[in-house]
Amino acid sequence: MRDVALSIEQLTVEVEGREILHSVNLEMRLGDTQVLFGPNGSGKTTLLMAIMGFPKYRVTKGKITFKGQDITMLPLDERARLGIGMSFQRPPVVRGVKMRDMVTACLRGRESEEGINQLAEQANLTDFLDREMNYGFSGGEIKRSELMQLLAQRPTLTLIDEPESGVDLVNIALIGDLINTLLEKDCPIPERRCMGLIITHTGHILDYINARTGYVMCDGVIGCEGDPREILATIREKGYQECVSCFRRRRTSGG
Amino acid sequence: MAKTTSSDTHKNKARAAVAKPAAFGEDIDFDIYVSPVKEQPSEVEPSKLPARDKARMLEAGVVVDNRSQRAGTFIQMNNAAIHSSVRQEGVEVMAVSQALEKYDWLSDYWWKAVAVDTDKFTANVELNQHNGYFVRTLPGSKTIYPVQACLYLAKAGLVQNVHNIIIAEENSELHIITGCTSASNEEAGLHLGVSEFYIKKGAKVTFTMIHNWNPEIAVRPRTGVIIEENGLFLSNYVLMKPVRSLQMYPAARCVGENAVVRFNSILTAGPGSSLDVGSRVILDAKATKTEIISRAITTGGRIIARGYIEGNAPDVKGHLECRGLILAGEGIIHAIPELKGTLAGIDLSHEAAVGKIAEEEVEYLMARGLTRSEAAATIVRGFLRVDIQGLPPLLGAELKRAVDASEKDLM
Repeated sequence: MRDVALSIEQLTVEVEGREILHSVNLEMRLGDTQVLFGPNGSGKTTLLMAIMGFPKYRVTKGKITFKGQDITMLPLDERARLGIGMSFQRPPVVRGVKMRDMVTACLRGRESEEGINQLAEQANLTDFLDREMNYGFSGGEIKRSELMQLLAQRPTLTLIDEPESGVDLVNIALIGDLINTLLEKDCPIPERRCMGLIITHTGHILDYINARTGYVMCDGVIGCEGDPREILATIREKGYQECVSCFRRRRTSGG
Repeated sequence: MAKTTSSDTHKNKARAAVAKPAAFGEDIDFDIYVSPVKEQPSEVEPSKLPARDKARMLEAGVVVDNRSQRAGTFIQMNNAAIHSSVRQEGVEVMAVSQALEKYDWLSDYWWKAVAVDTDKFTANVELNQHNGYFVRTLPGSKTIYPVQACLYLAKAGLVQNVHNIIIAEENSELHIITGCTSASNEEAGLHLGVSEFYIKKGAKVTFTMIHNWNPEIAVRPRTGVIIEENGLFLSNYVLMKPVRSLQMYPAARCVGENAVVRFNSILTAGPGSSLDVGSRVILDAKATKTEIISRAITTGGRIIARGYIEGNAPDVKGHLECRGLILAGEGIIHAIPELKGTLAGIDLSHEAAVGKIAEEEVEYLMARGLTRSEAAATIVRGFLRVDIQGLPPLLGAELKRAVDASEKDLM
């Protein structure tokens, strides 16, 4: 069995004094791609932000272990340097900071003109290298830019928040390709050195990416775990309402 | 020195304005400064200047040792012009006193872009003027390298009164770097500089001014620009070093169709610095355009960032962008953007923003592995990066160097 590289135990997270996640457990091994489903407001983004280590997402209980190290209290930037990376759903505009500067920063000393140009070409963003970060970007451009930065950063754990939101059909195939590259999908699983946790509300991205495990998050807890396609089929047929009622039924009967 | 061009009318108007306070900025008492004495012009080989002076000049963008990348050089120390030279045909660089002797017609340009009775500072320059530079490109001449001018304040407590005239004849192209700096890091002084620019039909002028003063110096530049049909004036102003008090509000007037003006300013104020800086553009001819962009950073000083665009002709277009960043609690930035339109069919807009570094942006960069201080430095560097269209690469690189060299002081 491959080693557990990320382990989340009993994680409870508060945002501005309000508890959003309640005792969440999750495990990931190198080579894994896991998908997090859930209705809006269920806590999916909070989980990603808490793993990444944003100060606003305060862990009140539980533990996050990454590559054998307890990172529960580790600052955001140290987690990034340890190998956690995130594709933001709505990244901020950073005026005056060029995409080239960001990619260079992500490469942390490994940068070369040629390497940067190659990455840009791969993400179809060659004309964007001298644009200000996220300024006037379309939905698809934002996603491609986020993934390009991650390709430069090469994290062990990639957290991806809604890769398909606001993206047209032409872009989504390219986004799928970029995620597959990032998660080393062309390598046999035992040889992969990375893993990905992807939030999807609609599940469209699963037409382009294979994932092994799916979770449904409801009311700040992981309600169920299973084959992502099976979960998606149920959601598509019955809607998230069914997941929420199922979860609430079980919680009531289970005590 | 013959002063035939400064007619009695100018003198009379100036005398009437000797006590007239400036419209903006705190008042300055001339009495605390040493009265300027007439200094004889002397010729000094710039590379033979003391190393310390050369280093100060270099910080303000003036290269004295290897001048191969300069079309011409003018240096004024205190109130004496000490050097002027030209390396390219079609360009004239000389002390304005010499130009007044050479060209009778120069009086037609004297106090035409700036009013002599604007305030006590213009009046003082008229009554006690000691040189300044004259730069002119002949019709159709294009400078590849910039002309550099240095106004150097070496004597403590001195008032430097200069009057500069810049003329770009029709279809010529002129790039100027002006570095204004002082020998001392601590001694008081007052710099009064009148600059009048005349951009003729189809001519293009870029004017990059770097100010490197010290925390005891007060500065009151007075600048006027007149741009004719299809002319372009592009001004870049950089103040990254401390100054006690600076007030300026250069005004450009587009008098010919399709004339274009851009003002870019980068201002920083540390504790004890007080800046009141703006750019004013009057669009008086059809289809003229302007863009005024300023970036202001305070680490404890006070900055008033003004901007004014007035549209008085059909199809004019103007945009004013003023952004301020407060990096320390004591700093003040007061943005005052103003627009005035006097007829239908004009397009004037502005945006102004004052704030601190956004935490969300810092965290975004930290999520890419930058430390908090690296992230803040990257954002500040980005904030100061004004993309300047139409600037030759060499000048762009010099401007970037001037900003980069000082930005670490901010953090």
